[in-house]
Amino acid sequence: MAISEQRVILKHVDEPGYDPGIECYVRHGGYETLRKAVGMQPEEICRGVEVSEVRGRGGAGFPAGMKWKFLDRKSGKPIYLICNADESEPGTFKDRQIMHKDPHQLIEGMMVSAFAIQAALAFIYIREEMPQAARILEAAIDEARARGFVGEDILGSGYSCEIVVHRGAAAYICGEETGLIESLEGKRAYPRIKPPYFPAALGLYQCPTIVNNVETLCHVKHVVAIGGEAFARTGSPGNTGTRIWCVSGHVQRPGYYEFECGALTLGEMIHDVCGGVHPGRSLKAVIPGGSSAKILRADERFTGKLKDGTEFDWGLNDIPLDFDSLMACGSMSGSGGIIVMDDRVDMVEALANINAFYSHESCGQCTPCREGSLWMKKITKRMAEGGARTEDTDLLLSIGDQIAGRTICAFGEACAWPTQSFVSKFRDEFLAKASEDSGKRKGLRLV
Amino acid sequence: MNSEKHDNLISVHIDGEEVRVPPGTNMIEAARSIGTEIPHYCYHPKLSVVGNCRMCLVEMGMPGRDRETGEPMLDEKGQPKILWMPKPAVACATGAAPGMHIRTDSALVRSCREGVMEFLLVNHPLDCPICDQAGECHLQEFATDYGRGYSRFVEEKNVKPKRTRLGPRVMLDDERCILCSRCIRFCKEIADDDVLGFIDRGSYSTLTCFPGKELANNYSLNTVDICPVGALTSTDFRFRMRPWFLKQSPSICIESSVGVNTVVWSREGTIYRITPRRNDAVNDTWMSDSGRTLYKGVDSGDRMNVYTLEGRPADAGAVLEECVALLRGGSVAVVGSGRSSVEEQWMLKRTVEALGDEIPVYLVGRTEPGDGLLISNDRNPNVRGALLTGLMDTLPAATLDDLGARIEAGEIDTILSFGEDLCAAGLARGQLKKVRVIYAGTHHNDCSQRSRVEIPLLTVFERSGSFVNQQFRLQRFSRAIPGPEGVYSDLAFLALLHARLTGLRPMRPEPAEIWKHLSREIAALRGIEYDRISDTGVVIDGSKFAHLPFCEGKSLHYEPTAATAVS
Repeated sequence: MAISEQRVILKHVDEPGYDPGIECYVRHGGYETLRKAVGMQPEEICRGVEVSEVRGRGGAGFPAGMKWKFLDRKSGKPIYLICNADESEPGTFKDRQIMHKDPHQLIEGMMVSAFAIQAALAFIYIREEMPQAARILEAAIDEARARGFVGEDILGSGYSCEIVVHRGAAAYICGEETGLIESLEGKRAYPRIKPPYFPAALGLYQCPTIVNNVETLCHVKHVVAIGGEAFARTGSPGNTGTRIWCVSGHVQRPGYYEFECGALTLGEMIHDVCGGVHPGRSLKAVIPGGSSAKILRADERFTGKLKDGTEFDWGLNDIPLDFDSLMACGSMSGSGGIIVMDDRVDMVEALANINAFYSHESCGQCTPCREGSLWMKKITKRMAEGGARTEDTDLLLSIGDQIAGRTICAFGEACAWPTQSFVSKFRDEFLAKASEDSGKRKGLRLV
Repeated sequence: MNSEKHDNLISVHIDGEEVRVPPGTNMIEAARSIGTEIPHYCYHPKLSVVGNCRMCLVEMGMPGRDRETGEPMLDEKGQPKILWMPKPAVACATGAAPGMHIRTDSALVRSCREGVMEFLLVNHPLDCPICDQAGECHLQEFATDYGRGYSRFVEEKNVKPKRTRLGPRVMLDDERCILCSRCIRFCKEIADDDVLGFIDRGSYSTLTCFPGKELANNYSLNTVDICPVGALTSTDFRFRMRPWFLKQSPSICIESSVGVNTVVWSREGTIYRITPRRNDAVNDTWMSDSGRTLYKGVDSGDRMNVYTLEGRPADAGAVLEECVALLRGGSVAVVGSGRSSVEEQWMLKRTVEALGDEIPVYLVGRTEPGDGLLISNDRNPNVRGALLTGLMDTLPAATLDDLGARIEAGEIDTILSFGEDLCAAGLARGQLKKVRVIYAGTHHNDCSQRSRVEIPLLTVFERSGSFVNQQFRLQRFSRAIPGPEGVYSDLAFLALLHARLTGLRPMRPEPAEIWKHLSREIAALRGIEYDRISDTGVVIDGSKFAHLPFCEGKSLHYEPTAATAVS
């Protein structure tokens, strides 16, 4: 069964002849929404974003309209808008497409958002590993400024706002919004403790700040273009709009695919859209939302109740691709990075790989994540290299439990969830490592 | 509950016990106020809150309210229903809010502490036997109190720099560091010398000095005090003594009129270190590095420890008789000291009174620019004591020019200097040749060379008494070590001299005894009992002296009043 994409954000991207220049963007109706927006009341736009129920595409899926509502508008301090372009979750490559191929869409989305929250200044915090995207964005901002879409007196509205592109220095933690803010302020990207440092009240330079993901800001443009109510009718209730899913791993056609939320199931995505696993292989497991999301076993049954009370009983292939369904299955849609694993994958090695990433990226500020992530890495590396012990399996679980929920930021969960889910769902594989490797163990002693 | 309005306190519940605290008090302090310990590493009451060690995780809950009606939710027993947060919260960053509940000893909290302790220890070298912090190490203490008690770690530990010299007085062992950032925050927020920071990431994070900088400010050793582990050690103290062998004596630093509260650590008559003692009205929890080295004078080679007559060792009794003869045998001037205690100054004043009515009395002023923090412009710890006891009625000049003029005029035959080097105070050798000098002091100097009688005195570490600091705060110091053999205390010698001059029975040379007189005679000191002076001191009414041009500028917890500030 062929399923065709429902492209909104990526509508023109990859079309023959579509280029990232402003001429092309304007020819395709670009900046008309900004023109519409500056003719509206800012509160009207905010209300539209709220009724659209558009949820953050960065990972947590927090409703953008609600985030904006938390803004402290009484403080008298300037309000800042930050675009989080630190896309670093392994398995995620959607924002990159937007920035490389349609930068003006992001700029338009940002200016609409900035006008809506009456931001004094907007930033794009882009990860160091995307130098090309940073150059493209800077050139695009120059083009947009020359046409009055950015900068002084935007489209004659009297509203002015600049966009500053700031490049990170290669740290995953800068994707955490308060870590990002610290980094933008020129400090080590140590996430702040919340409370009291909720960005909407005490953000950049202790001023009210909104941090939104690239894709989210693009959606704001479409919310304003079609209206909040109309947007809310796309996707499924509570999971509105489209999402760009990034499928990687052992499928025949990996790539990025945009669909309305809930429009297809995980099975349809893997088998129909991406052509399934390679011939002769079978699906073993899927990480549905970037490497920090909990892994799902191909032969798992997921049962329970959705938010609206309906009961479900799904196999892996039956799970609708949206925010709530994946959460109900004990994982998350996260950043939209679907990592598919077939039966070749050694789960211990896979986890060792993920743990190496998180221990390398832990900022080191708070104890459980700093020490726990490296310890888990050391254990899984040793297990993968032939030094497994029977007790390592439960030890890994215990370490994960000692991290999740006890750290300053969500990195604690991000580094613990893979271990917790891999070990509990593939327990036999971890234990088997110990028995097959027991002879190779040497020189291990408690220290 | 009626008092809620009056005292502006709010009620929080810690393990079910109601505690009343000012709004916003963090839960570590709220728990401390009822004797409940919430273990912590990174939190320090005088530094900003970062919440990074995660040792103080507690369960937190608030009374529930019905979303529709706003009415408080009640449980089966009709009590307010507490909605507990699913995740534990750090007590250090949790400010008291009305009705807040915390649990400090639940299964979840215990498991959090076990986890954090284990994490802190996995890469820690566990070298307690050779670590200076052993015995006063929070890692040791909390591992014992809250740890799992056994290891589950078989991996290789991280390797980090050892024996890094951060500055002239502070050494760093990065492997012991638990990255609490107290030292970084201290340098930034208190010492205003932002030279420390972390490099690298995650578990490999390493404390270091910025390139080309060193931790050399005069408050650097406070980082050693607040380091909860053995990462930062004092080059002066490290490897010299185990802290559990040391006796702790509360004292006052004599470096300036700030009157920094200290603890003197000694064993068998030897002082090993001086550390600050918390006084939130004076020095918080800090002291200068320079103040910590003052104990070195106790055993220095130039220490005066025998009585002499004409340069020859003499019996204390003979020296006393010679003093009486000298003081009775001509016109006398007396030089007292702003480093003497209140009791000694009062005893000296009594002695002066016994000598006659027109005896000129001097004090030597020590004015040097302070640092605006814990060293004031006035380097005498107790000028205000001399004012209160009536020994002086004006502020001292830096040099004894007036006394010099009197000597030149032939008005003075004998000078009794009790604690001051007259040469350093500006008298010329020629001038001293014209008079007979009785010099009482702790160390040999030009003045002692030119004196007829030498009376050894005790250092502040060898005597007990009180000083009055720049805030007119009366603070006690107590003897940490005995003085040199056969040497009377300053107070005892003065009491004997006074008795010999007056024919009265000598007063018992104990501060408490002297205070029986002081509190009767001096209005501002009325009602004060020496033994009941609080450990953090008692503020005396100094308004009588408000017109004097005191030289102190602004320092921690001290603002000069308009009347006393000197521009």
